[in-house]
Amino acid sequence: MKIRNNGLKSMIVLVLALMLVVTGCSQPGSNASTSNGGNTNNSDQSVSNVVAGLDSSAVGFIFVGTKDDYGYNQAAYLGSVAVEEAYPDLKVIRAENVPESAEAERVMEQMIQEGAKIIFPTSYGHLEPALNVAKRHPDVLFYHQGGLKTAENLGTYFGTIWEPVYLAGVAAGKMSETGKLGFIVSVPIPQVLLNINAFTLGAQSVNPEITTNVVFTGSWCDPGQQANAANSLIDAGADLLTLHQDCMKTVVETAERSGIMTVGYHADANELAPNGWVTGSEWNWGDLFVDMVKVGTEGQFKGSKYDGKYRGTLADEVVKLSTFGANVPAEVQQYVEEQKAGLLDGTLNPFAGPINDQSGSVRIEVDQVLSVEDLESTNYLVEGVIGTIPQ
Amino acid sequence: MIADILTGAIRSGTSVMIASQGELISERAGVINLGTEGSMLCGALGGFAVTVWTGNPWIGTLAGGVCGLLISLIHAFLVLSCGANQLATGLTIMFFGMGITAFFGKNFVSQQIVGFNPVPIPYLSDIPFIGKILFNHDPLTYLSLLLVPLLWYVIFRTRLGVILRAAGEREEVLFASGINPKLVRYLAVLAGGFLAGIGGAQLSVAYTHSWVENMVAGRGVVAVALVIFASWKPLKAMIGAYLFGAAQALQLTVQQQGLAISPYFLFMVPYVLTLVALLIVERRKQSQTPEALGKVLAGSG
Repeated sequence: MKIRNNGLKSMIVLVLALMLVVTGCSQPGSNASTSNGGNTNNSDQSVSNVVAGLDSSAVGFIFVGTKDDYGYNQAAYLGSVAVEEAYPDLKVIRAENVPESAEAERVMEQMIQEGAKIIFPTSYGHLEPALNVAKRHPDVLFYHQGGLKTAENLGTYFGTIWEPVYLAGVAAGKMSETGKLGFIVSVPIPQVLLNINAFTLGAQSVNPEITTNVVFTGSWCDPGQQANAANSLIDAGADLLTLHQDCMKTVVETAERSGIMTVGYHADANELAPNGWVTGSEWNWGDLFVDMVKVGTEGQFKGSKYDGKYRGTLADEVVKLSTFGANVPAEVQQYVEEQKAGLLDGTLNPFAGPINDQSGSVRIEVDQVLSVEDLESTNYLVEGVIGTIPQ
Repeated sequence: MIADILTGAIRSGTSVMIASQGELISERAGVINLGTEGSMLCGALGGFAVTVWTGNPWIGTLAGGVCGLLISLIHAFLVLSCGANQLATGLTIMFFGMGITAFFGKNFVSQQIVGFNPVPIPYLSDIPFIGKILFNHDPLTYLSLLLVPLLWYVIFRTRLGVILRAAGEREEVLFASGINPKLVRYLAVLAGGFLAGIGGAQLSVAYTHSWVENMVAGRGVVAVALVIFASWKPLKAMIGAYLFGAAQALQLTVQQQGLAISPYFLFMVPYVLTLVALLIVERRKQSQTPEALGKVLAGSG
C-alpha cells in the first residue's frame, strides 16, 4: 500500500511543519531588513536643518496587541486617548496587533504618509523596526516605549514600575497567610526579573520568611498556559498570585474562583476579583504622552529630557499603585501608604543592600547606589525566589 | 505532587481530548482535517460570545460546537464535493479560522462571562488522591470523560460504527449496501468539527473564562497528531491528550521545584512527546490506518 504510506508520511511532515509554525510564531523577528517597507519620496535628505517632529499634523501609535486587553496595550491606548483629547486638531492614527517584525515598518511608513511626524512604537520588539524607519526619515520623531537604544530622532521612555511593584509586594506580604506567593511571568528579560525581585523584597520587608514561586510561561498572553500556571501555583500552596504578562484576566479570575488573592499588573482589575483583589501596579501614560507630543511638535526634542532614555517615576505619577481591594484592611493600606511616602521622599530604597541572590552571594552591597541602568540590567533573582531563570 | 500533575493533566488536556475525539470520527471515515485548530478557535470565540450574550454557558458551549461545525462544513464541501486536497484544504481552514476569529473577536477581549466552574462531586471528591484528580472538575470535563466510552461503543459495537469504519476502509461495501459513503464522510467531518468547537469552548468558557486572539495556540494541531498516535482508538486518544496535559503540568511543577532545567526545554516537552508518538506510529505496523485516509474520494455517489 505505497500510496497510503506516502499519504501518511506527507501528512506527518505537514503536521510537524504546522506545529513549528504555531509554536514558532511568538519569536520576535529581530532584524527587519532595511530594504523592506516602502521607499518613500524623501531621498533628498538634507539632514542638517531637519527638526524631527516639528509641526506634525498627526501622531501615530502602534500597539502589539488589542487596546482592551486589561494590560500593557490598554495602558498605552489610554495614553493615546489623552493625546487625542489634549490636541483636538491633531489626527491620531492607531494600529493594533502590529507584529514585532518588518510589518511594523510598513505600518510606520503608512503613518508617515498620512502626515505623522511623531510616532509611538509602544512594544519592546518594535524598537528595531523603528530604528530602521527613523534612519530613513530624519524629520520624523519616534518615542519608543521600554527600549534601551536611542537615535538622533528616537528617544525611549519607560517608567520605574518596580516602585509600585515593590509596594504591591509589601501589601502582599501583609496579606499572605501561607507565606507562599506565586508569580507568573513570560520570558526572562531584565524588566521581568527586576519586577520579581522588587515584589519579593517588598513582601520580605514585612515577613522575611516569605517565598515567591516563579513560573515562566514563555508567552506574553496564552490564557490556557496562564490557567495551567495559576492552578499549578495554587496547588502548590500559594495564597496570592501576581503576574508580569500582557493580559491578566484569566489569572485574576482563576485566582478569584479558587478563593485566593491577586496583585495585578498594567491595569486595574479590581472589578474582576471583588473578593481577592489586593492592589497592583499601573502605567499612567496620558500626561507624559501629552507633554512628549507638545515637545515634539514645537521642535524642542533635541536637548529635552525625552532625548535619550527617559524614565518616569512614582513621583511623576507615570507609574502608580492600583486601588486597594475591598478586603484589604485599613491598617494594611495605611502601612503601604507610609512605605510609599518613604519611597517618594527618598528615605526608603527598595534595593538597599545587602541583597543576596538565590545562591546566597551578595549582589548589592551595603550603601551601593544603583542607577536605573543597573536595575534595568538585572540578571539574577533574589534570595527567597523559587524558580530558575531560563538559560 | 503527583496528584497535582495528574489533576493538571486532565485540566489542561481536556480541550485537546475533546477535539481529538472529533478528529478521530472524521479520520475513521477517511477524511483528515488539519482545520481542527480553526474549528477550535471558532468554538472558543463562538462559545465565549454566546455566553456573553445569553449568560448561559450551556447555550454558549452548544453554540461553540455549532461554530466549529460550520467551519468544518467548508472543509467537507471542498474536500468531498469539490475533490480538493484534504491536507491543503485543512491548512487553509486553519488559517481562515485564525483570521476570522481575530477579526470578530476584537470586541470580546475584555468581556466577562459567568462560565463553568469546577463542581466537586459529593463524597467522591473526598476520596484521597483519586478524588482530587477525577472528581473536582467543570461539567464539560465530566461529560468529556463519558464521551470516550460512548464513542468507543459506537465505533466498535454498533452498525453505525461499521458504516463509519467502512467509509474509511471499504467504501465498496457501503455502495453495495446502498449507503452513500460521501454522506457518511460529510456527517463524520461535521461531527468532528462540532466536537472541536466544543473543545475550543471548553478552553474559553470553562477553563480560562477569557477570549484572546489565537488562544488555542496549537492545541488543535496537537489533537490531529494525537489521533494518529492513538492509532484511531478513542481511549488511546484520551490517554494521549492527558499525556500532553501532564507534560504541561509537569513542566510547571518542575519549575516550581527550582530545578535547574531550562523552562525553554520544558516548553518543548509536550511537542516532543507528540513528535515521539508520531515516530512510534511510523515504525509500527500500519494495519490500523484507515485505508482511505488522506486520499480524495475515488468513487462518488
